Amino acid sequence: MDYSKELLKHFTNPKYVKKIKNPDGVGEVGNVACGDIMHLEIKVEKNKIKDIGFRTFGCAAAIASSDVVCDLAKGKTIKQAEKITKDEIIKKLKKMPPIKVHCSILGIKTLKKAIKDYKKRDGK
Amino acid sequence: MKKIYFDNAATTQVDEKVIKEIQPYFDEKYGNASSAHEIGKQAKHAMEKARKTIAKSINAKRDEIIFTSGGTESNNFALKGLFFANYPEKNHIITTKIEHDCILRTCEWLEKQGVKVTYLDVDKEGFINLEDLKKTITDKTILVTIIHGNNEIGTIQDLESIGKICKEKNILFHTDACQSFTKVNLNVKKMNLDLVTLNAHKIHGPKGVGALYLRRNTKIVPLAHGGGHERNLRSGTENIPGIVGFAKSVDIANSKDVKKIAEMRDKIIENLLKIPNVTLNGPKENRLCNNINVSFNNIEGEAVGGYLENEGICTSTGSACASNTLKSSHVLKAIGLESLQSNSSIRVSISKYTTDEEIEYFLEKIKKIIEKLRKISPLVG
Ligand SMILES: Cc1ncc(COP(=O)(O)O)c(C=O)c1O
Ligand code: FES
Repeated sequence: MDYSKELLKHFTNPKYVKKIKNPDGVGEVGNVACGDIMHLEIKVEKNKIKDIGFRTFGCAAAIASSDVVCDLAKGKTIKQAEKITKDEIIKKLKKMPPIKVHCSILGIKTLKKAIKDYKKRDGK
Repeated sequence: MKKIYFDNAATTQVDEKVIKEIQPYFDEKYGNASSAHEIGKQAKHAMEKARKTIAKSINAKRDEIIFTSGGTESNNFALKGLFFANYPEKNHIITTKIEHDCILRTCEWLEKQGVKVTYLDVDKEGFINLEDLKKTITDKTILVTIIHGNNEIGTIQDLESIGKICKEKNILFHTDACQSFTKVNLNVKKMNLDLVTLNAHKIHGPKGVGALYLRRNTKIVPLAHGGGHERNLRSGTENIPGIVGFAKSVDIANSKDVKKIAEMRDKIIENLLKIPNVTLNGPKENRLCNNINVSFNNIEGEAVGGYLENEGICTSTGSACASNTLKSSHVLKAIGLESLQSNSSIRVSISKYTTDEEIEYFLEKIKKIIEKLRKISPLVG
């Protein structure tokens, strides 16, 4: 697979692999295309994503995208985080083989699901 | 970083003896085997010597070997050539669910032309059921085509028993022996084979050259028409360097190497199975000497391959994520694996060049990689 150096860096050394203690929102999405699973947890404080962690059963692109999604979301307000797009992920990873674009979409979906979960819990 | 090449089922390093043998056919004996002059005759002579070597290695006659561009062409030629020679009087082909893509895609194309194809099931180790085969043969059956050594899981079919059934029923029998050639005994008489697909690049020979063994008096229609090369069955100026190299690679293959490789295979399998939650795909016995295929539960095969490559180790996987259609391996599916298991598979295929040091290094790295990836997996705890 034609992966960028940047992608391989996030794949081999992801920074955000962790479970969050008492998360405020949890998202898990299965990938219909290839059967892979992404799990993401957020800790929210003053409407900002204070901490975030993921675990992914998936390819190099999926793991790297998960890591980048966490990196992009951390420190952002919920509103800002909701606006993150797959193109931002791909830009951070320099390039993405076309067949792997769905893996970065999976990252966005999982983040959105975690945020939705947070809002639900928060009664919003 | 030094590369460790554990993908010998995909292709192999060309043996330096082969390279040396081929060299003069580019710049000294570069003739066209059809030419009447001396330089042409040299080429012709080399080609016929090569033909003899390859024929002898499978107990065939010299004029039963047709040189081709490799396994894909030989398989296409066998199936389509017999189709054109027998259709519509006969309209049925029997094969298996674990063939190489070049058989399966050809069968699908033949189905569009009106052929009925039976895809035999296999058991959980990848073996066909001989009774199933017997039951499916009809008087409309053109041929039975069954892969000898499977390229993904290493299963070696019992060609002798299959051949007996085909002979009893008087049905043509073809095998794709690209993976098994020179590793497993192949005897066209004993196994009653009518056609056999062979290629060179899996056995330390050059790419783009192979052969089809075709039993004398078997009716077949050529795919490539032209100057009438290869007894009018495959036109096109012969690839003399390739053919010479192919024969050399057959010449130097030997049972001592096979035994050594099989021992290394067993050592790798034994050690991989010591890692928790790892399962072997394919059989323990009757397995290609160079094939190892395991599933590391709860982690994805492309990711394992990526981490291995990061350590300089080349492998392959049957995972959906690694395929350009996002479908997991049809072979692993046929032996009953759920997609989660086939998506966590890795194929390690070794060769005579594999060393004990490489194996040690691989086993050390893989343990750490599995640990790390399982930490990343949401399916674990
Ligand atoms: C079992 C089998 N059949 C056929 C082929 C195709 O051969 P080739 O690459 O020479 O076309 C291969 C290898 O790719 C193979 O493993
Ligand atoms: S997770 Fe399957 S292709 Fe990326």
